Amino acid sequence: MSQVLTKGVNAPAMTRHDFEDFLYFEAALLDEWRLDEWLALFTGDAKYMVPATDCTDASTPADSLFYIADDRFRMGERVKRLNKKTAHAEWPRSKTRHTVHNVRIRSVEGNVYQVACNFVTYRTKNDVTNTYIGHNEYKIVVGGDGPKIAEKRSVLDLDSIRALGKISIII
Amino acid sequence: MIEKESGNSRSAYVIDDGVGGLFKVARHSFVDEAVLEDERRKVFDRCWLYFGHESEVAKPGDFVSRAIAGRNLIFNRDRNGKINAFYNTCTHRGAFVCRESKGNARNFQCFYHGWVYSDEGKLIDQPGKSSYCANFNDDGASNLARVERLQNYRGLCFINFDRNAVDLETYLGGVKEYIDLVMDQAETGMEIIGGAQAYAIDANWKLLCENSIDGYHGGVTHATYMDYLANTVGSMSATSVSGGGRQLGGGHAVIEYSAPWGRPVARSVPAWGEQGKKDIDAIMARLIQKHGEERARRIGHMNRNILIFPNLVLNDIMAVTLRSFYPIAPDKMHVNAWALGPKEETTDMRERRLFNFLEFLGPGGFATPDDMEALEMCQRGYQNLRAVAWNDISKGMNREAPSTTDELQMRAFWRQWNALMITKEAAE
Repeated sequence: MSQVLTKGVNAPAMTRHDFEDFLYFEAALLDEWRLDEWLALFTGDAKYMVPATDCTDASTPADSLFYIADDRFRMGERVKRLNKKTAHAEWPRSKTRHTVHNVRIRSVEGNVYQVACNFVTYRTKNDVTNTYIGHNEYKIVVGGDGPKIAEKRSVLDLDSIRALGKISIII
Repeated sequence: MIEKESGNSRSAYVIDDGVGGLFKVARHSFVDEAVLEDERRKVFDRCWLYFGHESEVAKPGDFVSRAIAGRNLIFNRDRNGKINAFYNTCTHRGAFVCRESKGNARNFQCFYHGWVYSDEGKLIDQPGKSSYCANFNDDGASNLARVERLQNYRGLCFINFDRNAVDLETYLGGVKEYIDLVMDQAETGMEIIGGAQAYAIDANWKLLCENSIDGYHGGVTHATYMDYLANTVGSMSATSVSGGGRQLGGGHAVIEYSAPWGRPVARSVPAWGEQGKKDIDAIMARLIQKHGEERARRIGHMNRNILIFPNLVLNDIMAVTLRSFYPIAPDKMHVNAWALGPKEETTDMRERRLFNFLEFLGPGGFATPDDMEALEMCQRGYQNLRAVAWNDISKGMNREAPSTTDELQMRAFWRQWNALMITKEAAE
């Protein structure tokens, strides 16, 4: 597996190619269930969100019901949970394949990058395969120890999640 | 000893042995296509079914389109402020007249031939009108068809496909007391909070009726949720889970109990800080003023998992959720879930409410996914029904005061379901 990028603040600006490597690495960590390492990709005050499918871009977890709206503490608890056998929905663990594409740098402000990508994540459990289709909106802060995700908003491009059932994995 | 008296019946579906203290449900009830066909006629075509909350259609013209018990319906508030339930089908050739899931519209126009209906369901225009006979639709037969019955109890709008059904309030009976305890949390009324969870479970719908009021499974199924609570500094008070279950007649049932988690109305936990405590104290003071000390504490401090027969769950726990679900097949249900909160709620308290909701509830929460897995594994287990034909629901049978971890409340559901299913239908 490739290394996480380690460009400092004084290093050349991050390119799309750099972010592609970074997001591919995140996807691989999730597929390999290396969730503690996945968590380490995030800042100490990070947020991870999956809005309900009838939410708009303006919806926030403070005013609308999401599927997932974790602060950094709850992200850590989610990881702990998914590492346990008592996370029944994910035991035996499902097989997942996270694919990332159409990566774009939407804006840069200082060392804060807004990065978007499309995703398709497959989850197979009990011989049933679910396909999570959507796009991710990332806020990524590039510091001395490389890029860290401050916010990940996974927007499902679906009318409902009836075809998925649940969102028991990190998408 | 209610159960000893009411028990002692046996059908193809349920053995209710009050004397012996045993209660069994036949597993074929969860898998047979013929049982589902019977349920559609005897349960879903006869009972009051939750349709929507009045806050979803707050303004004239607001509409929601929604599938209920195999029908496609429109829920709207018309220009005169009246709430309606229409079948979503053009009376001309049948196409949907409304293809959006929600919005605001004065008219509904079928895009096929262009027939136009007002928000009151009246046919108001047809292209080429002069080609129709002069008295076309004088009898109103070409207006949008109305759902047979529509009634509102404290903001909850229910429909019934049976013209001759008893009134909603009569139907609700003993469960009204518990609906009131939830609705009385608000000063200015409860509202649906934006964002709906629309998911599916590969299991029979009755398994979710059981699961939603099942206090027995919590410790085992939700071990990781309990771990999470234990890890969360200040998210719990010293209160333990204790309370009891009740059958309320008509298949309605409830468990009511104290619990350690914070409640937006109205029990604070240290994690909410000084401001949170002040907010909660203000809410409690208002409740006491309006309802008196005893009722205020019951509204604010106690938790309730309420099953409104057949398929509406109103859970008033660390947040309030409304959850309704329908069979698509014997082994598949569609679930709709919403968060409910007081209209006057502060921004901070609304945020705490939604944060609380997601830690336990919903298909991305720390608990519901494990429930879903459990239900799906039960459904798979029923493939062995020729060898193991019956489920056991006997826990706490004939106890003087059944606890939340007994199964009285599930037996209440099954008794009513069984009574409807063994009814001989009158020829129509």
